Amino acid sequence: MNEFLLIGGMFAVTFLTRYPMMFLVSRIEVPAQVTQAFRYVPIAVLSAIIAPIIFVQNGQISIQINNHFLLAALISVFISWRTRNLLLTIVLGMLAFILLRAVLI
Amino acid sequence: MNEPTGRSAFWAGARATIPLVVGASPFGLIFGALAVSEGLSPNGTLAMSTFVFAGSAQFISVSLISAGANIAVILGTTFVVNLRHMLYSATLAPHFKNLPQRWMLPLSFWLTDESFVASVKYFDSQEDQDHKKYFLLGSELFMYLNWLWVTWLGVKLGQSIPDPGKWGLDFAMVVTFIGMLIPEIKDRPSMAAAIVAAGAALLGRHIPNQLGLLIAAFLGILVAILLENRAAKGQQL
Repeated sequence: MNEFLLIGGMFAVTFLTRYPMMFLVSRIEVPAQVTQAFRYVPIAVLSAIIAPIIFVQNGQISIQINNHFLLAALISVFISWRTRNLLLTIVLGMLAFILLRAVLI
Repeated sequence: MNEPTGRSAFWAGARATIPLVVGASPFGLIFGALAVSEGLSPNGTLAMSTFVFAGSAQFISVSLISAGANIAVILGTTFVVNLRHMLYSATLAPHFKNLPQRWMLPLSFWLTDESFVASVKYFDSQEDQDHKKYFLLGSELFMYLNWLWVTWLGVKLGQSIPDPGKWGLDFAMVVTFIGMLIPEIKDRPSMAAAIVAAGAALLGRHIPNQLGLLIAAFLGILVAILLENRAAKGQQL
């Protein structure tokens, strides 16, 4: 594997996803419906990224008590909902995950 | 004189990113260790974090290298996995009208999930453009420097991290995203966006290269807007 080509190519294709849209959209007047849609981008993308990691274990959707990803995720959701504190959620959620895994496996 | 306000926005951006750096560090550590054990050179591993700076794409490229994929497949996959950045940069763009290229080029290069979410949250409460670019820059630089540092650490520690998958570090990204997501769910449309996007991502999980993720996100946004418009109509009647 030619690492120079690999990393140069990965830089180029990743930059293509990051720069052109910012350049183009910043130069047009964005319709109100589109900015309305933009408001939901963080919620929708974050949910879509984490759902399969939480629910899919060994290739199957698992909503059982031994799915420690799901349990720790539920605990994290509860902590975030009650405290709105990101750092606390991350630290306690990680702790919950490590403890649950030690207990369940 | 906008320098003092720019400086305070820069540090506000860095401060808002502290928890996100905590969540991202385990990922960079594992990446550094894994990349070297899968056959990337130590310098190549550091170069990838320096020039690509996209965690999930970097992970997938390393697993493709160890699976013997050719370079075209790796680049195609990297592009598709990173397509969500187009949504991010389009969402940020209305905040950066008339921004000079010397700002737009680096700000877009350093764009990540974390800095994007932290910034749109801040931008919704700000009007002055100068504040916005400094905030994003502060967040991005902190994420970037930390990513380089933890990648380097992962490369150095390498084999002395026994079975990194066993440490629960893989949950770090999930809990970070949960902590960013939950405070954003404020009403029925935003709740619907989360549930529909999550459900659709589960149903579409077999669609290759995380393309299901993008389709799911679009569906979540669509349902949220339909609900919002219906609620607005209901109020008029």
